[in-house]
Amino acid sequence: MKFICLGYFDETQWDGLSETEQASLMADCFAYDDELRRGGHFLGGEALQSVRNAATLRYQNGQVVVTDGPFAETKEQIGGILMLEARDLNHAIQLMSRHPGVRNGPFEIRPADEEINAQVNQSQTLQTNLH
Amino acid sequence: MNESLQMQRQVDAIYRTESRRVFATLIRLLGDFDLAEEALHDAFAVAMAQWPRDGVPAKPRPWLVSVGRFKAIDNLRRRTRFDASLAELAQQLDAQPDLPDDDLEDDRLRLIFTCCHPALPQEAQVALTLREVCGLKTEEIASAFLLAPPTLAQRIVRAKAKIRAAGIPYQVPALEDLPDRLDTVMQVIYLVFNEGYAASSGPSLTRADLSGEAIRLGRLVLELLPDPEVMGLLALMLLQESRRQARTSTTGDLILLSDQNRELWNQEQIAEGRSLVQQALSSAQVGPYGIQAAIAAVHAEAPDPAATDWAQIVGLYSLLAQIEPTPVVHLNRAVAVAMRDGPQAGLHLLDEILAEGDLAHYHLAHAARADLCRQLGETAEAKASYQRALDLVKQEPERRFLESRLRELV
Repeated sequence: MKFICLGYFDETQWDGLSETEQASLMADCFAYDDELRRGGHFLGGEALQSVRNAATLRYQNGQVVVTDGPFAETKEQIGGILMLEARDLNHAIQLMSRHPGVRNGPFEIRPADEEINAQVNQSQTLQTNLH
Repeated sequence: MNESLQMQRQVDAIYRTESRRVFATLIRLLGDFDLAEEALHDAFAVAMAQWPRDGVPAKPRPWLVSVGRFKAIDNLRRRTRFDASLAELAQQLDAQPDLPDDDLEDDRLRLIFTCCHPALPQEAQVALTLREVCGLKTEEIASAFLLAPPTLAQRIVRAKAKIRAAGIPYQVPALEDLPDRLDTVMQVIYLVFNEGYAASSGPSLTRADLSGEAIRLGRLVLELLPDPEVMGLLALMLLQESRRQARTSTTGDLILLSDQNRELWNQEQIAEGRSLVQQALSSAQVGPYGIQAAIAAVHAEAPDPAATDWAQIVGLYSLLAQIEPTPVVHLNRAVAVAMRDGPQAGLHLLDEILAEGDLAHYHLAHAARADLCRQLGETAEAKASYQRALDLVKQEPERRFLESRLRELV
């Protein structure tokens, strides 16, 4: 099963860490990502820039309104996403519990919606055939 | 006629003892709660038709599992005409080897861990466990929790959908995850027990059926997974349950531990509970349930309230406070200290705890304070605290108890 792991963290807390601390945490995360890769569990991932650089689009009164920042006024924001291959939810929990990033903020593990993904793939195939 | 009645009784008895185990195994084999339930009913329908003719099989459980599985494959094949995706599933099921009988027992444990998975909301864990593991009807669970049946049914449907969609597996967790996951299972069992022992709201103080189910669940988990904390939990439930007859009057009013007629305590449950406590305490890893059970055992051992070993109870609460430093544990410890060293010492501790603020809305904290003030002759303080407790209490028998205490002061 494919799971998408959303890694949250507290930016202010992160900014409070020294450069060495930040570097060592990152190194730990990269090392574990490699371990996941070796086991065939790491399908991909993206690190995100600060929420300060985010734009939020919202549909309001028939118009798209652009504002700065994220939706919610929560302390923790998404800092990165990881695509994981695991047998089932217990396996995914086990793999992500050992990820050093969880010490820095919560992980949300969501199964990929393969039904919608299949629809997306199908529509892509159709378009390719047209070209 | 007489023979068919006897057969009906025999099938009923087998349904009572075996249906939940058969169901648990069918879930594993079919990978789906609803398919398994349908297969279970089909298997018993076939039994009703065949057993009067051919006799009851020597091992009814594997027979029922095998018939249920066969019927499920059959049903899937028939539905295949309408839904091609089911064909693959039917083929997979057909290819599964038959399983040895001793494997089947673990299926109930798998089912408990699936129903109590931490990714499910707690209210759904409770509802699913009672429905799928204990086999209670949706209406029964709804009425026990004072909910509308459709609300409860929706909870169960959503939970089953999440089990399917989120990939919650049907398995006993790996050894390294077991302590955490067992905690969730024990929480669910104790929640069910407490809902039956002291209903959180409403006119009736106890709902004995739920407590009985919780004790049955505790026995089941202990049987399949002998763990000292499960032992402690079962002991705790048995020791509390032993006082059921004594803790309410015929008019449904609450009777305090010190005022209870100890002749009414169930000695059989106490004996079993004490023996389990001793086993749990002798293990190196005694936990919160084991310690709470030990406290309940000290109470159970005292022939009358004056003979209670309060020093031992204070010691056990201190130990508990180290593992679980919650305000409620500190509150209970303060009350025990009052019993050992007098009301002044208890009040001093209690006021410190109340000053922390966490228990400001907990009616029992104010009731305990009122009682200590009353013993010290501080009537005005006692009245104020009883009033505060009354403002916060939700349960009718407890309200009547507090009101009567307040009246006695006037």
